Amino acid sequence: MLMDHSSVISVCDLRRHYTVSRRDAGLKAALRSIVRRVTSEVVAVDGITFHLAPGEIVGFLGPNGAGKTTTLKMLSGLLYPTDGTAVVLDYVPWRRERALLQQIALVMGQRSQLQWDIPAIDSFALNQAIYRIDPPTYRHTLDELTELLDLAPLLTKPVRTLSLGERMKCELAAALLHRPRVLFLDEPTIGLDVTSQRRIRTFIAEYNLRYEATVLLTSHYMADVEALCRRVILIHRGKLLFDGNLRELAQRFSSHKTVTVYTPEGASGLASYGEVISTEEGQVKLRVPRADTAWVVHRLLEERTISDLTIEDPPIEQVIEQASCLGGR
Amino acid sequence: MKTLLAVYRAQFKTSFLMYLQYRTSSVLWLLGMVLEPVIYLVVWSTIARANGGAVDGYGVGDFAAYFLVLSLVNHLTDNWVYYEFQERVRQGLLSALLLRPIHPIHADIAQNLTYKCIMLVVMLPTVGALALVFHPAAHVMLFTLLLFFPSLLLAIAIRFLVEWSLGLTVFWTTQMSAVLQAYYVALFFLSGQMGPLTLFPVPVQLLAQLLPFQWMLAFPVQLLLGQLDQHAIVLGLVAQAMWLCLSLALMTVLWHRGLRRYSGMGA
Repeated sequence: MLMDHSSVISVCDLRRHYTVSRRDAGLKAALRSIVRRVTSEVVAVDGITFHLAPGEIVGFLGPNGAGKTTTLKMLSGLLYPTDGTAVVLDYVPWRRERALLQQIALVMGQRSQLQWDIPAIDSFALNQAIYRIDPPTYRHTLDELTELLDLAPLLTKPVRTLSLGERMKCELAAALLHRPRVLFLDEPTIGLDVTSQRRIRTFIAEYNLRYEATVLLTSHYMADVEALCRRVILIHRGKLLFDGNLRELAQRFSSHKTVTVYTPEGASGLASYGEVISTEEGQVKLRVPRADTAWVVHRLLEERTISDLTIEDPPIEQVIEQASCLGGR
Repeated sequence: MKTLLAVYRAQFKTSFLMYLQYRTSSVLWLLGMVLEPVIYLVVWSTIARANGGAVDGYGVGDFAAYFLVLSLVNHLTDNWVYYEFQERVRQGLLSALLLRPIHPIHADIAQNLTYKCIMLVVMLPTVGALALVFHPAAHVMLFTLLLFFPSLLLAIAIRFLVEWSLGLTVFWTTQMSAVLQAYYVALFFLSGQMGPLTLFPVPVQLLAQLLPFQWMLAFPVQLLLGQLDQHAIVLGLVAQAMWLCLSLALMTVLWHRGLRRYSGMGA
């Protein structure tokens, strides 16, 4: 096994299967299942390998059920793997040693870690004791987090009275009071409005810079990924499809580019250059095979009256969809 | 140890704030806690009077003393962790607790103790007032008083560990109401909640001696009130010590297996 010592997180051939009981619909099937339970094996994570260097922010992508959350849970010690190894900050996470738990945090957008009925500041005080944060450090970190996340007006309200976005900011602060060196974020911006999303995003980038924390993040909002992660890991059905630069992801998996042509002539006759995807006033979008892009653009500029022209990779969501289709075959 | 104390202190504070949010429901709980023994007290007193003043040596005043002290001990040993476990596992709240670098049982202990301390402030005067109405008769001696406190602590610890373990069964059952129902019935008949166990048929008494229930409730009550001879006191303290070890072992085993199981469900 190759173990990279400069890595903060090393995952090697990690697997996780679940045994789930199955039952057909109806009373008969229900009665039968009392006598004999029919179980089947579901493969959630199917032998993935990757390494994260200190201070990296990596986007962990894939469709629902790809195995992202299962992986994060194994890396934060909540799940035992079926097979394979993982090392986080020199510890095996599922042994749940105090020294490791002291240095990591997992924030799940859909689950709350704060006490519902009392103000967040009281939950924070409890975390101070649990994580043994000395008073000056606690005050300093709390001040910083309060400033970065604009928490001052929220801290003294009972958590149940906060809006989703406000609560998420408090959740993040609670998870970061002990300044974890490794941060696992599972859909941190889910359900938030655009402003709150941007706020959380800026904050994550700032936290990463300030404390050189390593961040592994899953999100369905590509804006999060594009803003934060230079490197992405794409998994599908538990298998790793891609690990590398976000830009390369598009090159690898999308066979086409989008060429937008600004022309007074409209779409007529443009179909011979590529597939017309959309036509708006003076603006036509063409889908062009990646390899032909340069030649098509050259011809367009030569043969047509064009005021402006842009070449883009298709939206990252589409790339992932395409990659998943390819990988799923 | 120092860290643990700091955690308890902080947890006391948060729990205190939480209970202040639920004043009404706390008072209602308390009312049930006091009313139930009072009902049995009235029933047994009526039987005693009809029997010429006593049942098997228990006079009206003895019953009054038994049930009033019982209501206090019941309050102090009472628990509701198993309800919380069900919610924790169903809603995945346990994961958040597992991420912390501390065993989740500490939060429960601290929360439980806080509740008991807060409610004692209301409970003691209530029981005091009831004492004025029912005229309890007790023969409290210094040595039984001195032995009462350790036996009360043991009772609290055993009941807490047994019921925490009971909560852990949620990993295997998901729907624990059936398990709980069985537990309640056993607790009700064999802990002394219904009346002093010496008034029950011998087989029931024997069964009660083999099971943990009376050591979590009736034993400290009867010890304090001087209703036990020396032999019974020694037997009781040994039984309590044994059940403490057993319940601790049970809890530890269930916790480790349960975590594996929880992990199997996907945490």
